[in-house]
Amino acid sequence: MDMATGDFSPREGTSAPMAIEAHNLIKRFDGTTAVDGVDLAIPTGAIYGILGPNGAGKTTTLRMLLGIIDPDEGERIVLGASNPQDVARYIGYLPEERGLYPAMKAYEAIAFMGALRGLPLQQGREKARELLENHGLGHAVDRQIRQLSKGMAQTVQLLGTLVHEPKLVVLDEPFSGLDAINQGKLEVLIRGLADKGTTVIFSTHVISHAERLCEGIAIIAGGKVPFAGRVDEARDRIPAQVRLETRRREGGWLSALPQDARRVGDFWTFALPETGVEPLLKALIEGEAGILSFSIERAGLHDAFVAIAGEVAAKDMVAGEPGDEA
Amino acid sequence: MTARSQTAGRLPLLQAAYVVARRDFTAILFSRAFIFFLLGPLFPVVVMVLAGGVGAQVQQGSGIANVGLAMSAEDNHAMITARDALAKRLGPAVPPMSELRSVASDETFDAAATLQESEGQLAAVVTGTPAAPHLTATEGSIGRWQGIVGMIAAQAEGQSLDYPAVATSTVASSAAARNSARIHTAQGAQVLLFLLIMLLASMVLSNLVEEKGNKIIEVLAAAIPMDAVFLGKLFAMLAISVVGILVWGSTAGIVLTAGGVSLADIAMPGVGWPMFIVLFALYFAMGYLLLGAIFLTIGSQAKTVREVQTLSMPATMLQILVFFLASLTVTNSGGWIDFAGRAFPLSSPFVMVARAAMDESLWPHVVALAWQALCVAVFVRVGARMFRKRVMKSGPQGAKKGVERRRGPAGFVRGLFSKGSAATR
Repeated sequence: MDMATGDFSPREGTSAPMAIEAHNLIKRFDGTTAVDGVDLAIPTGAIYGILGPNGAGKTTTLRMLLGIIDPDEGERIVLGASNPQDVARYIGYLPEERGLYPAMKAYEAIAFMGALRGLPLQQGREKARELLENHGLGHAVDRQIRQLSKGMAQTVQLLGTLVHEPKLVVLDEPFSGLDAINQGKLEVLIRGLADKGTTVIFSTHVISHAERLCEGIAIIAGGKVPFAGRVDEARDRIPAQVRLETRRREGGWLSALPQDARRVGDFWTFALPETGVEPLLKALIEGEAGILSFSIERAGLHDAFVAIAGEVAAKDMVAGEPGDEA
Repeated sequence: MTARSQTAGRLPLLQAAYVVARRDFTAILFSRAFIFFLLGPLFPVVVMVLAGGVGAQVQQGSGIANVGLAMSAEDNHAMITARDALAKRLGPAVPPMSELRSVASDETFDAAATLQESEGQLAAVVTGTPAAPHLTATEGSIGRWQGIVGMIAAQAEGQSLDYPAVATSTVASSAAARNSARIHTAQGAQVLLFLLIMLLASMVLSNLVEEKGNKIIEVLAAAIPMDAVFLGKLFAMLAISVVGILVWGSTAGIVLTAGGVSLADIAMPGVGWPMFIVLFALYFAMGYLLLGAIFLTIGSQAKTVREVQTLSMPATMLQILVFFLASLTVTNSGGWIDFAGRAFPLSSPFVMVARAAMDESLWPHVVALAWQALCVAVFVRVGARMFRKRVMKSGPQGAKKGVERRRGPAGFVRGLFSKGSAATR
């Protein structure tokens, strides 16, 4: 993996062309830097997560990648085009702030969104009916948007994003506002798109979705990208955690534990020592600690995210740079 | 990616504008607002009719100024008979006369006191005799009636006022009459153009509020150029107005035809009726697109309907100023005002539609329409850029930054996950 650009190959042995390449994207609003030198390389066919806390610069980055706003500096190549609007037909976009015309019927709303991307209206209407039927909204085909529940309207907008069969789908916080069942359905839908070769990029601040779905992620914090790469690599950024349970609570074996060891209930937890587990186990056995259980747990993406995003925040505060805009 | 495939990768500007226009047109056409839009011109008509009725009533109440006679009974009678005889020849220029009082030869009559004390329509008093009449009135009335009272007195005296018979030959028109009538046609066309555009302007002003309110603007901005959104919205309203004009025009045509009015009653415009109608339609479209582009831009800067309402007042004032400038050019052809009116894009359609009524030449219209079309393109481009820059701007919330700094790194990360900061994205 190239850490400078965040480039990675999602499937070993393949050299898929990049769906998106961005170099040093910078965006300022009223003199405040919202996005500060973002580099990204997202291969075709990948499911890619843009992770970041609220206000980190995710939406601004996505808007620049889609050509909704232009970067002040840097360049982006989307599906081979330097101007993303030149390939708008091949892109589907679900913005974070959902919106549909309330008086439009569900199938008309989907067909309209397809028409904006070049799908003939009649064809769009037929596909809209089909999509609504397939996603359990057959009964709502002729209903006005204002008559639908929030979840149903959100599904209609998602289908409108996909009706023209885009090659690249960009979803900004797609899981927000959905209940657990619909979140599960959306995960299935995203996997289905990727299986057909569609590149899916989504932003989220809920790490579990990215952990389950993504092959690659970029963490944005304070307008910067401190990490871009495989999910595994992000997790490897922080050492594995040892979880130890002993029969004896006191004894000389305690001195064998690393300095960062913390007692949580009946367990001791600490980072896996750089020297490995063997010297530690030997010391515990010789010190008659009475090992009841000993496990090594790999760090989760959530822990990695908090560590990486926190690093940037700390650096920003030292440097006195804006870290919470955009 | 080759240029060819890039072109295929997005909707052409006009096609994208058509998608937006089709949606807007359908949405407006089948909305309740469209009914009110159609009824829109009815309100000024009703107001005008009511105002006319009230005015007529006031006029009727005020009556016509009257000249009172205070001479001997015979002289009064002679004066009234002479007045009636002259009125047949001179028409309404001769004021009504009535006997105030018969005054004996040795009696004096205070005409000034009578005028001061009297109520009603008495405006002047004639005393003395037909041989030596005395007119008492205000200065303006004396200037108006002195000569006529003299003629009436002469007629009453029995002096012959034989006028030679004037032979007449009727012509269809004269230069002065034609010019005067064409000025009326020009003014009428300007007023009609102004009313139609003003009717649409308020609707255009609030046109983008729906998209902003519904958050759909980002979907549009991601898919098609903002120029296309602007153009689509403008042309949708133009199409709506065409439907409206067809309905209003048909209704007005039926009403006027039933009332016996036809185009022949209005002076023939300089370019002829068919070309005038075509030019009127073109100038209406240009005038609407020019003002509409500006209003759409102004409206797009507003965040709420309330802001739009606040903006509508200066926008309406601007329209009225432009109309005044254009009105001045009707009778100032060839002067600097005329040139400024033609060159200033917003007044150009109004000035040129008046020119179409006044002059025969067509080439100035070709130049004017080309200039106006260029201005429409510039206005739309500038408006779209301003809109895109403002609407798609994320903003920082500076106050929050300092708070997070005091919390330390952990607090910062926790704070970033809090709901409050979502608004900054």
